[in-house]
Amino acid sequence: MTTLDTQTAEPAAPAATGRTPRDRRRGGRRSRTTGHVPLGRRLRRDRALLLMTVPALVLVVVFNYVPILGNVVAFQDYDPYVSANGVTAMLESPWVGLAQFERVFSDPGFWHAVENTLVLFLLQLVLFFPVPIALALLVNSLLRPRLRAFVQAVLYLPHFFSWVLVVTVFQQILGGAGIIAQTLRQHGHEGFDLMTDPAVFKFLVTAEGVWKDAGWGVIVFLAALAAVNQDLYEAAAMDGAGRGRRMWHVTLPALRPVIALLLVLRVGDALTVGFEQLLLQRDAVGPGAAEVLDTFVWWTGLRSQDFSYAAAAGLVKGVVGLVLVLSANKTAHLMGEQGVYRK
Amino acid sequence: MTRPNGSRWAAPARPVWEEPPGRAGLAAKGTVLVLACLAVLFPLWIVVVTSLSSKKTITETGGLVVVPRDLTFLAYQELLSGGQVTRAAVVSVLVTLTGTLFSMTVSVLCAYGLSRPGSTGHRFILLTLMATMFFGAGLIPTYLLVQTLGLTDTYLALILPSAVSVFNILVLRGFFMGVSPELVDSARIDGAGDLRILWQIVMPLSRAVIAVITLFYAVGYWSAWFNASIYLSDQNMMPLQNVLIQLAQKQEIPVGLGQAVKAGDLSGLAVQMAVMVLALLPVAVLSPFVQKHFRKGVLTGAVKG
Repeated sequence: MTTLDTQTAEPAAPAATGRTPRDRRRGGRRSRTTGHVPLGRRLRRDRALLLMTVPALVLVVVFNYVPILGNVVAFQDYDPYVSANGVTAMLESPWVGLAQFERVFSDPGFWHAVENTLVLFLLQLVLFFPVPIALALLVNSLLRPRLRAFVQAVLYLPHFFSWVLVVTVFQQILGGAGIIAQTLRQHGHEGFDLMTDPAVFKFLVTAEGVWKDAGWGVIVFLAALAAVNQDLYEAAAMDGAGRGRRMWHVTLPALRPVIALLLVLRVGDALTVGFEQLLLQRDAVGPGAAEVLDTFVWWTGLRSQDFSYAAAAGLVKGVVGLVLVLSANKTAHLMGEQGVYRK
Repeated sequence: MTRPNGSRWAAPARPVWEEPPGRAGLAAKGTVLVLACLAVLFPLWIVVVTSLSSKKTITETGGLVVVPRDLTFLAYQELLSGGQVTRAAVVSVLVTLTGTLFSMTVSVLCAYGLSRPGSTGHRFILLTLMATMFFGAGLIPTYLLVQTLGLTDTYLALILPSAVSVFNILVLRGFFMGVSPELVDSARIDGAGDLRILWQIVMPLSRAVIAVITLFYAVGYWSAWFNASIYLSDQNMMPLQNVLIQLAQKQEIPVGLGQAVKAGDLSGLAVQMAVMVLALLPVAVLSPFVQKHFRKGVLTGAVKG
C-alpha cells in the first residue's frame, strides 16, 4: 500500500456506502463530478488539492475582499488620527450618510477628471486600437521566419519596460531638455517642450501607450491570422481575387471576432486609463490636462488626506466601472464570444 | 544583428497562388516596419550610448549623444560603488527574486489545485478568485488595510498586496488542465501524491507557460514603483524605479553622487542614463528568451480566459 493520503480511508468506504467501484477511481474526471459522494469523503479525497489553493485564496481574500469593507469610510467623516489603527479609527469616526457623495458630485474637479478620462479613452480607441491590427498584418506578411521573429521581439520589447522608464525615455527625446529640442536650439530654431504642454498632452500619452504596448497587442491578432484556413486564400485566388480583395474578403472577416471582442472589453475598461502613466506626468503638466479618475482619488485621498472623500469618489468609479465591465462581458457573450470568463 | 548564413534567412517558398509582391508595395511595407523597429531601438540606443559617454562628449554634442565616441564606464562605476543607487538596485533585485518565487509557488499550487474540474469546492474557489477580475476594492481602502496590517515601511508591502494575479493563475490552470489525464492517472496508480504529480509530471510538461508566467511576475515586481511610493517613507528602502523617478523628474542627483558630478568628469545626464540602463537591462535581456512561448502562454489566457 502506498502512503497516498486519501487512499487510507478508501477501502472500507464503498462497502459502507454502497457506491459503485467507479467512485474509487480517484483522479479520473468522472468520479470527481459524481455528486452523490458524501461531502466528508470528498473533502478527504480532495484534501491535497484544496490545501494547495489555500495560500492564493487567503491572499486574494485579504487584499481584494477585505478592503471592500473599508469602503465604509466613504459614508463617514473618517479621521485616521482619532485612534491607534485603521480599524478602530473607522469604528470611532462619525457617520455622515451620503454627504461625501454629495460633495463629490458637486465638485467641478471630479467632473473635470471624468471628462479627461473619457477624452483619453476615446483618443486611445481611435489612435491606439487600430495600430496592433495594422502591425500584425505587416508582420504576418513577412515570410522569413528569423526576420519575423526579430521584428516581433523588437516590437514587444517596450511592453516589459516600466512606465517610469517609458516616461523618462519620452522626456529625454521630446522634453524641453530632450534631444530634439536641443538639436533645434543648436541650429538656431526655437526649442519646445512637449512634456509640459497641456495642449498636446493627451496625444503624447496616447503615443506613449502605442510605443509601449502596440507591439504586444500584435500577438493576439497574429494568432488569429495563423488560424485562418489557407485554402480560403487559395480558393479566392483561383476565383481571381487579387491581394487587396483577399485581404478584404478573407483576412478581415477572420479577424472580426477578435477585434469585436477586444473592442468590447476595452469599452468595459473605459474608466481606467493609465493610472501609473498619468500619475508620473501629473506634476510636469499639471492636473488640468493629466487628472483622470484614478489620479483624482490618489490626490484627494493620499496627498490631501481626505480619505472619506477620495473613497467616495473611488466607490463611484468602481461601481460605474463594474457595470461597464459586466455589460461589456455580457455583450461579448451575446456576440458568441467567451468574454473574460468561460460561460 | 549578424547574418549567420544566407540559408537561415532565406524565405520559404511562397504559396503558388500568391503573386510576388510589387516593388512599391515591398518598399512601403519595409519602410513602415523599419520605422516601427527604429522607433523602439533608437531611444534605447541613445540611452545606452549617452550613459557610456564622457562629460566632454556630452557637452560637445550639446546634450544627448547619438554617435558613440571615447566610451567610459565611469557612470556605472560611480553608481555601483555604493550609495543610494547601489542600495536601490540591491533592493530591487531582492524584492524581485523573493516576490517572484513567492508568487510562483502560490500560483502554481493554486492553479494545480484548480486543474481538476469537479473536485470539491472547485467551482466556488474559482469563482471567488475570478470575481476579483471585475472589481477592485479601491485605492483608499487598500491603503488603509495595508496600514492597519502594519505593513507600511516594510518590504512585505511591496510583495503581499500584489502577490497573486488571478489572470496568471488562470493561464497556468489552463495549461495544467491540458496535461493528459491518462499520464496523471497512471502516476497516481503508481502511488504518487498530488504534490509529486505536480512537481514531477505536470510542471516539467508545462515549462513554456511557467517560463512566461515567471517573466510576467518578475517584470511586475521589477517595474513596480507605486506601492513603494505610498507605503515606504524611508528613502534608503526605495527600489530602483523610485530612485529613477526622483532622478529624472525632479532632476535630483542621487545621494553620494553629487561630489563626483560636481568634480568634473561625470555628466549628470550620463548618470541618469546609466540608471535607466540598470532599470531596463534585466528585462531587455530576459524577455527575448521567453519570446517564443508568449503566443501560447498569452493567448490561452488573453483570449480564451
